[in-house]
Amino acid sequence: MIILTVAGLTLKEAGRRKVLRSLAGLTVVLLGLSAWGFARLDAEFGGLTSGEAKVAASTVLNLVMFGLSLIAALGTAFLAGPTLAGESESGVALAMLARPIRRSSVLIGKWLGLVTFGGGFVAVAGFAQLVIVRVTIGYWPPRPVTGLALLAAQAAALLTLGLLLSTVISPMASGIVAVGLFGATWIAGVVGSVGDALGNDSVARVGTVSRMLLPTDGLWRGAMNAFQDPSLFPQFADGFGESPFLSEASLTVTYLGWAALWVALVLGLAGLSFQRRDL
Amino acid sequence: MAEVIESPAVWCSGLRKRYRKRVAVDGVSFTARRGEVMGLLGPNGAGKTSVIKMLLGLVRPDAGEVMLLGRPATEPGSRARVGYLPELFRYQPWLTAAEVLDLHVRLAGAAVPAADRRECLGLVGLADRAGDRVGGFSKGMQQRLGLAVALVARPELVVLDEPTSALDPLGRADVRDLLLSLKARGVAVLLNSHLIGEVERVCDRVVILDHGRVVADGTLAELLGGQELRLRLDDVGEAAEKRLAAAGVVTREGDHFVVALAGERDVPELVADLVGLGVRVHAVEPGRVSLEERLLDILRGEHGSAAGVDQRAAQEDVARAAGRDRRSFEESAAGAAGGDRRSAEEGSA
Repeated sequence: MIILTVAGLTLKEAGRRKVLRSLAGLTVVLLGLSAWGFARLDAEFGGLTSGEAKVAASTVLNLVMFGLSLIAALGTAFLAGPTLAGESESGVALAMLARPIRRSSVLIGKWLGLVTFGGGFVAVAGFAQLVIVRVTIGYWPPRPVTGLALLAAQAAALLTLGLLLSTVISPMASGIVAVGLFGATWIAGVVGSVGDALGNDSVARVGTVSRMLLPTDGLWRGAMNAFQDPSLFPQFADGFGESPFLSEASLTVTYLGWAALWVALVLGLAGLSFQRRDL
Repeated sequence: MAEVIESPAVWCSGLRKRYRKRVAVDGVSFTARRGEVMGLLGPNGAGKTSVIKMLLGLVRPDAGEVMLLGRPATEPGSRARVGYLPELFRYQPWLTAAEVLDLHVRLAGAAVPAADRRECLGLVGLADRAGDRVGGFSKGMQQRLGLAVALVARPELVVLDEPTSALDPLGRADVRDLLLSLKARGVAVLLNSHLIGEVERVCDRVVILDHGRVVADGTLAELLGGQELRLRLDDVGEAAEKRLAAAGVVTREGDHFVVALAGERDVPELVADLVGLGVRVHAVEPGRVSLEERLLDILRGEHGSAAGVDQRAAQEDVARAAGRDRRSFEESAAGAAGGDRRSAEEGSA
């Protein structure tokens, strides 16, 4: 009951703090640009073979989806910080936490609200993007729901980290650190794929390790794999490893399990840290 | 008939809190009974807010125990009937005043009809701002909202940390009336305030903290010591002198008499007796150490009980002073009951 109340409050906060409107504005710009880009792609490169067109569509779709996932991740990570650390610093938390409620309920409520917000954004904006691609160049990804779910999971992982950080450091710092780690993991993932392509195991391990430490990049790669045409891999096997916007393998159940466990562990740590915090 | 023993509103024992190297609270113990208004006094940094936050589970004590309304404070449920106005009062700026109250009613798990919530906003003077966002409120209005939040979920204990810090004189008077109405309804109040005059007017008991320790704890009458009566009398015969001596230790300077009242409960009766003995009574003025003076004495380490009789009180007109007199006698009566328990507690601590 308390969890749902706090989740509802978090969603209301997102809606009223203009975050929703800013996100909507950014998304509309991105979707508009991508619609224009896809339309140009079709007009300029009308002579592409069907295989080339699929590679182009998959790559550009993944590129735009990366933009969307970035917006979702940035938005939720910067919401997660103020919602917990900001409330503790400003004093809003004092009157609330003096009520007969457990701090863990407040934390889980906020997490649920943020996940709903991030997931809702990914679902709406991502689906709109898929429709744009379908209308402009006639491409429809093989597993759109899986892809969008993985993007939402990526946002959930990052905001959970943002919540943990916001229990120990200031709101702004927690947002910046979370987004910094997100970017670092993505770059480490790209470095890892270059290592894979070059057959250099130690470089490839950079990507693997970073995907274990922060599963955002791993989930993102799973999402990319779900958006791209499966028939491409046998034809363009060599090029896959080098491209940051194509992924050669879908996610294993083990990795998804690890990602879920990671989120649960980080949320648990955030709970412990929040419980011990003096207000 | 078996007597029902009610648990205290607040009971805490041995509270201790250290922030890095600084000890903020060092073995604080006190009890606030139900229906009692208790003042928490002390200089800046004495640990008052830390104690309040430990009572409410906002700060984890390093040691010590707290019971709220008869339940251990480690259970969140112990705060179900507790209202709190923090020193740092901030409420979700994106919500309206009415929504903030709705939220707190839900969090408290209380069933408060919409009409009562509106009435609560009206009580603090925000009835016409119910639909406005809190972000646009002045500090004083936010503090008024904080009072409404503290009172909305039908509390049995209200903890107010500097409730008038952002209020104008009118607002302060409103808060005083509010405290008196809470007292009349039997709601226990723990009040931390720097406005000693306010505390003296509304509190039944006072706990004084300094350097994280309790340096004094008792009813106002206990803390302020005995009552004095200053009289200007003519034609004082032997019988009248005996009557005065029966009321307390008498010091005489010309026709001015100062009686340190010991057991005397009824000043009008004393005056009537004196008149009956042929004494001409020109003036009767009560005198008392003010709480402010007593607080300063205690904080400066001077524990003399009768130091500094309140000269200002002597200048008040007799009728008003007589009213004050009665009140302080009632306090002494109430204090006599509380005193034994307090010393027992000190003994056990």
